Amino acid sequence: MTILRARGVVKSYGPTPALRGVSIDIAEGEIVAVTGPSGCGKSTLLHCLAGILRPDAGEVTYGEHRLDTWSERMRARLRRTEFGVLFQFGQLVPELTAAENVALPLLLAGTGRREARTAAVQWLDRLGVAELADTRPGEMSGGQQQRCATARALVTEPRVLFADEPTGALDSRTSEQLLGQLVRVVRDQRTTVVLVTHDATVAGYADREVSLRDGALDPSGLGLTAVQGRHGR
Amino acid sequence: MNSEGVSTTHVLLGLLAHGPMHGYELKRSHDQRLPQAKPVAFGQVYATLGRLQRDGLVTTSGHDQAGGPERTSFALTEAGRARLDEWLSEIEPPAPFVTSALFAKVAVAVLVSGEARARDYLVAQRAAHMERLRALTLVKTDPESSLGDVVAADFAILHLDADLRWVANTLDRVADLHREVQS
Repeated sequence: MTILRARGVVKSYGPTPALRGVSIDIAEGEIVAVTGPSGCGKSTLLHCLAGILRPDAGEVTYGEHRLDTWSERMRARLRRTEFGVLFQFGQLVPELTAAENVALPLLLAGTGRREARTAAVQWLDRLGVAELADTRPGEMSGGQQQRCATARALVTEPRVLFADEPTGALDSRTSEQLLGQLVRVVRDQRTTVVLVTHDATVAGYADREVSLRDGALDPSGLGLTAVQGRHGR
Repeated sequence: MNSEGVSTTHVLLGLLAHGPMHGYELKRSHDQRLPQAKPVAFGQVYATLGRLQRDGLVTTSGHDQAGGPERTSFALTEAGRARLDEWLSEIEPPAPFVTSALFAKVAVAVLVSGEARARDYLVAQRAAHMERLRALTLVKTDPESSLGDVVAADFAILHLDADLRWVANTLDRVADLHREVQS
């Protein structure tokens, strides 16, 4: 069953086109890697699918809902309840402990403090960092911070997780540990994942790959690895 | 040596360092210890053992016939252990030649049929590489996988990744390469 659908999505930043009419279908429970070189539009596509950005033209459908016609307020509510978002840098609140950071989305959704804390600690445990519950982000390694951010993205048990280069700032061992854990958890939960990456070894964790090049789908998938430039050698 | 330049002779010497084995055990041990490697053929194991024995690097250490044909066990000699140590300390020349079939095909495709042919080949090869990379990632994330499986899968994944980067770069360069060949 298709959970997310884009049809002819166009998005520009001022005069610069980022997406030139992209159409894709994502099935429920699927892990899809969106790949392509820097500047190909993959993050913009993720933002449009997640309802963070509104496309200039085209349709974005989540289940039965046409997100492109919704107000920012409605999309924000949907993002809080149905979607989880994970970026390259965890964007944890530095003043809060790991457990408080992870509990945040639940508190925003109206869950009681104690219940939210219990769920937060459980999710930290599932990501292998329960011992960091009372630690602040400044005292954690990059990998630990990303695990906390992952727990925070999943604590509301979203139907779709949007991850934009989630391991982009991590070394390869830390990256594979996080991805291994992330994939195990989302498979258990049957969470759909849209995973943006420029790295083939990260795309390898997905069920399939959608490649972009210059804002359009690239059926050959050859835009995967960023090249140093197309001029000279 | 096989096509990847791995010395089966030295690998078998290494396996015998654990204790005497007969040919069948050695073959099984090889395939288990070097998962994802090309399995070694029985014929190659026996031929190698014959050579090693002739050179005094292994010696027969017993025979058994537990309800089947007689099997000879082989053990590492002092000379064999010395040869093994020497191999383990020897630094491999880092990529002295570009021997990849991928590289050869692209070079020849450009020469014979031009840029479009090379591109078609690279597109198809990339899809096959990604499929293999996904399968190996599954091995890596399977909780049942042994450390040996994971280490082997990692090795293959990182090499496929290097190929994939090369494929992407080459597509951007193939046009130039073609012009160079034509001139």
